[in-house]
Amino acid sequence: MHSVWIIAKREFNSFFDSLVSYIFIVVFLGISGFFTWLFGSDIFLIGQATLQPFFSIAYFTLFFFIPALTMRMLAEEKRSGTLELLLTKAVSDWEVVLGKFFACLVLILIALALTLPYYITVAIIGPVDHGAVWCGYLGMILMSMTYIAIGLFASSITNNQIVAFLLALFIGVFFLIIFNVLSSNFTGTTGQVLSFLSMSSHFDSISRGVIDSRDLLYFLSITFLGLMLAETSLSKRNIVE
Amino acid sequence: MSIVVNNLTKKFGTQRAVDNISFDVKEGEIVGFLGPNGAGKTTTMKIVTCYIAPSDGNVNVNGYSVLENQDEIKKKIGYLPENNPLYHDMPVLDYLKFVADLQAVSKDKVQSRISEMVHVCGLNVEKHKKIGELSKGFRQRVGLAQAMIHDPEILILDEPTSGLDPNQIVEIRKLIKELGKRKTVILSTHILPEVEATCDRILIINSGKIVADGTSEMLRKGASGQEMVRVQIGEPEKRDEVMASLREIETIGIVDFDKESQNSFIINSKDDRSARKDIFNLCVQKNWVLTEMTPIQTKLEDIFRELTTTN
Repeated sequence: MHSVWIIAKREFNSFFDSLVSYIFIVVFLGISGFFTWLFGSDIFLIGQATLQPFFSIAYFTLFFFIPALTMRMLAEEKRSGTLELLLTKAVSDWEVVLGKFFACLVLILIALALTLPYYITVAIIGPVDHGAVWCGYLGMILMSMTYIAIGLFASSITNNQIVAFLLALFIGVFFLIIFNVLSSNFTGTTGQVLSFLSMSSHFDSISRGVIDSRDLLYFLSITFLGLMLAETSLSKRNIVE
Repeated sequence: MSIVVNNLTKKFGTQRAVDNISFDVKEGEIVGFLGPNGAGKTTTMKIVTCYIAPSDGNVNVNGYSVLENQDEIKKKIGYLPENNPLYHDMPVLDYLKFVADLQAVSKDKVQSRISEMVHVCGLNVEKHKKIGELSKGFRQRVGLAQAMIHDPEILILDEPTSGLDPNQIVEIRKLIKELGKRKTVILSTHILPEVEATCDRILIINSGKIVADGTSEMLRKGASGQEMVRVQIGEPEKRDEVMASLREIETIGIVDFDKESQNSFIINSKDDRSARKDIFNLCVQKNWVLTEMTPIQTKLEDIFRELTTTN
């Protein structure tokens, strides 16, 4: 586990060495702040002390931004050959994947933590359902974990960052929209399965303040699946036929 | 720390990059892997360092198999991959710290190991720069430093001197030679003088097979069964007469004029016989002045070419 921490630390520092992290945080706060406070169905239009507008916009911004953060992580290392150097050190493939996963997660956590002033402001303006807000943040974190895992998987199967980015978006869009749209066109078991696969139903119920074990299971199992596939595609090189 | 390679095969699709090779490297030996591009040098190294798995066969590093005890082996090996991949956005010292942590160098030793590596690899001037800002030679030194940071018992270096200027090459060779006194080293190269200068033993590998194994002297002897000498006799005007007399000597196989000098001859003796004494006697008998008699060594280049182009 010690190696996971070392890899995560390096990965995290490299976010801040390049401009990636600053751009990500500024743009994320900019977009989500703009739509939460100034434009569209913002808080003043709704006229309620709720962070719902923030969560629904962050739901989309994270969908776009996370693949941009993860696309580099394994694809670039494969392209430049540093992955070979890393994997011939005393670390396992799992430790590499987990290290990168946590580095990215911590960056997202920082970005989310920086939106806490929104929460404080809203709480000053009017009575807030505190439980719903914290659940909303939990939902954001779970959703980010899912997208990071998907992004890492996409990054692990190619050595081209753009391909990794587009592939992650492509996989992500199924969970974001397509399963949802399809589920309304099907009835019976197929419809139910598709509806269960759609992320919005799980996210909505969490951000309303209902934490159901099925929703947790949904996010955690996709995360685990993504990480496992990433690990498998890394360790493919090392299988005796 | 010994390395035993047993019937190792690696297939990529239908192509056999490494084809059933076996060899062993003893503790404290510096072994040079020599071969044309695409001969299987790098693949073999990647298998020994546990980066890719063999299709067949096994490698034992000090009794640990690459198929089972990868973690144990990885701790003992320092590896410099081909093209020396590094994180270009990291400063040299941070990078060495990162590698030292990954290789589980104990906390109290990390700083002393890093400063030792900086000293040994001559990185002192550049240690605060980002790796991406360094010249190729310094990057190569960083690559060597990261390979040795945990004081591994085995060093595997894939083309360690590629891209260096002649002075740096000499330095790196000296360094490898120095390290080889205490460690087991495998290095690959296609620069022939390099193996001669640094290695105790040479393995020539071609299309996935080992075609020669031994010290450079052994390889030379094996390649040229005949003795070859250059002879200069101080009688330029009697060139043809000398030639005729030399041809009559029983132990001489072929005589040729040397293109470079008027009165020099290249003499190949017959298999397993020496003509030097007879040449001398001939000169004494005819009262000719023998001004030069030099044995010609077969060049490693020739051996290499002979072994790697036959099929």
